[in-house]
Amino acid sequence: MSDGFTQFTGLMALPALDSPIWQSPAAAFRQGLRAVATTILTAVLFATYLGIGALAHDTHFSLGWVLASTFFVWAGPAQIILISTLGSGATVAQAAIAVTVSAIRLFPMVVAVLPMMRTPTTKKRHLILPAHFIAVTLWVECFRLFPMVPRERRIPFTLGLGCGLVSVCLVANVVGFQLAANLPQSLGAAILLLTPLAFLLSTARNCRELADVVALGLGLALFPLVSLLHTGVDILISGVSAGTIAYGVHLWRKRR
Amino acid sequence: MSEFIGDWHALVVLLVAGFLPNEVWRMLGLWLGGGLDEGSEILVWVRAVATAILAGVIAQILVLPPGALASVPGPLRYGAVAVGLVVFIVARRSILLGVLAGEATMLIGKWALG
Repeated sequence: MSDGFTQFTGLMALPALDSPIWQSPAAAFRQGLRAVATTILTAVLFATYLGIGALAHDTHFSLGWVLASTFFVWAGPAQIILISTLGSGATVAQAAIAVTVSAIRLFPMVVAVLPMMRTPTTKKRHLILPAHFIAVTLWVECFRLFPMVPRERRIPFTLGLGCGLVSVCLVANVVGFQLAANLPQSLGAAILLLTPLAFLLSTARNCRELADVVALGLGLALFPLVSLLHTGVDILISGVSAGTIAYGVHLWRKRR
Repeated sequence: MSEFIGDWHALVVLLVAGFLPNEVWRMLGLWLGGGLDEGSEILVWVRAVATAILAGVIAQILVLPPGALASVPGPLRYGAVAVGLVVFIVARRSILLGVLAGEATMLIGKWALG
């Protein structure tokens, strides 16, 4: 995959940093939109949001509701937690707590990415919309693409990239919702399986340290045990426990 | 229109339990971001917890499957994901091949079981 990945990105190279194309913000926005086509992560997002559309259908949410959730929430794991906890009978407060904790990971992403698009003249309000678009995909892509984008054009570039990715996911939601409504059961099940598969593999791909692997493996193993307790916040309990143990592994390795 | 959106109660739930819980962290990152080092220990812990929560979500979908996925027997669901993971590792971290292998395993298994 990594070879195909570089070939693919090589095909759609961005203009040189001193190219006149970067002189207009509108052109930078268009370059951001075009960059959506240069990443394998777009395909992963499409598969994930296809699954979310199908999940929403099978848990009796409306198409408009799931589209609104993609537009306003814009975080796949949060949307899945929201749909699956509400769908399994949790209260709104329980769902809100689980989603809030899962969303903490957005904080370090925003902290890491925004300084890269700031210039001395940038106001905080210019960064509100770029901050809304930040989720794991945009975070990864900003690190990859920003070195090829002039600093003063990174905000419109990010907005283009964000709008492009959201549009792809809205289309995927519609397709997934309609497929779940019309496909025979075994194919509908295949679409629902896309979400855990795509999440598992893209998270595994991001694992850099032993602690990441422990967090992923232990998180998978602990949930089935914790779910026997039926607390309504099972995901929270298993996630905080497994994550803290993984952090302990990180500390232990650092000390040695 | 009402069929497209559903009832307004559902949209309020989306706002309270979906939009606000996510946006609050993004905006906190925007307002407080300047003072934090990306490699700081608290962020390492946050990243580990976030990964484990995501793993829990994956496990939840597999253990307590929604809708049509519930028609697939448990061992076949776990087996399909395990095959996907093994192919992903063998194929040098190819997400595409891993996903395709997992999906193929489930569809073939379902067909074989009738």
